[in-house]
Amino acid sequence: MNENLSVLAVFSLLSVLAVGGGAAVLPETKALVVDAHHWLNDDQFRDIYGLGQVVPGPNMLMVMVIGYHVTGYTGALLAFLGFFVPAGVISWGASRVWDHFEGSPWRASLQKGMAPLVVGLMAAGAISIAKTAIDGALTVAIAVAVFLGVYFVKKVNPAFFVLGGGVVGLALLS
Amino acid sequence: MSGKVEPAPAEDAGSYSLPRDVPLWEIFVTFLIIGATSFGGGVVAYLRAGLVLKKRWLDEEHFMSALEISQALPGLNATNMSIIVGDRLRGVPGSIIAFLGITLPGAALVMILGVLYASNAHNPYVNATLIGVGAAAVGMLTAVTVQIGRKQFGGLVDAAIIAVTVVMVSVLHISLVWVLLTVGPAAVFIYRPRKDIPPETGE
Repeated sequence: MNENLSVLAVFSLLSVLAVGGGAAVLPETKALVVDAHHWLNDDQFRDIYGLGQVVPGPNMLMVMVIGYHVTGYTGALLAFLGFFVPAGVISWGASRVWDHFEGSPWRASLQKGMAPLVVGLMAAGAISIAKTAIDGALTVAIAVAVFLGVYFVKKVNPAFFVLGGGVVGLALLS
Repeated sequence: MSGKVEPAPAEDAGSYSLPRDVPLWEIFVTFLIIGATSFGGGVVAYLRAGLVLKKRWLDEEHFMSALEISQALPGLNATNMSIIVGDRLRGVPGSIIAFLGITLPGAALVMILGVLYASNAHNPYVNATLIGVGAAAVGMLTAVTVQIGRKQFGGLVDAAIIAVTVVMVSVLHISLVWVLLTVGPAAVFIYRPRKDIPPETGE
């Protein structure tokens, strides 16, 4: 299949599967991008995920960089459209009919049931990145320090902790 | 998702109505600013500050209903919210403009970084920095997961759903399609509406 079409197909599929947001769909993204299509290796996937964490806005814009690695700027655009448009259209349609279900007890059931599923998917997302990102004492120390920082120090923007991890890596690993 | 939402002041609650004829450029600029300043995840807090508190385009109730839709359906909260709110303000053109506004700054920056990364992939300084960033991202993702999941870890049913999901994805490597199609309906069924028991007993 044409590589551009593959990019569009993969990220459109991920888009409709991304219940619970970006982190929830990370293991599947890695499975498709690294294991199934071999567009990136493990280290590249970890690096590009890291790039996505230091830019503002929606946290899965890194899909553009993955598309760029496959077919250049066309791939970047197709990955962007594929990942954001299908889910966006679904939400758009749902918001126009949602109010008809006002007061339906199933709305609460849907929320209560999906909440722990999403937490489980996010945990699986953290595990899938950790498998390549955590390698040796220094990376463990950085991850634990950032965890404590983000969890307990509410006033500092989490992006600073992520950038701090990069500075520590640069200082101690290069 | 990020903390308790304060109720709107009482005098505003009754007087809210959807603003009419908000200019498209104003929608674009508002979402562009949110897109350019919302670092480190938690974009929902930035959206609430911009749309509810500053612009007063939505009241708390409409904001929460848009957030509810964004969370229950596929896609990222940030982009889904921009599309829903843009649509409420100015229909389809509003939703497209809002979506482009919130994604443009980050998209431009991530592409610049991505192109630089592609041409410096073997630079040891770049590699060392990104190893640090990757480890830090694991810490951040774990912290956010625990923050969101904290109230779920208490309940046995929720903990079981979390555990089953993690085992299916991380240990058994079952495709996300099947996880969503099996665990999703089962979890919603567990919390199905019951006539005899008040809805809050499940907590």
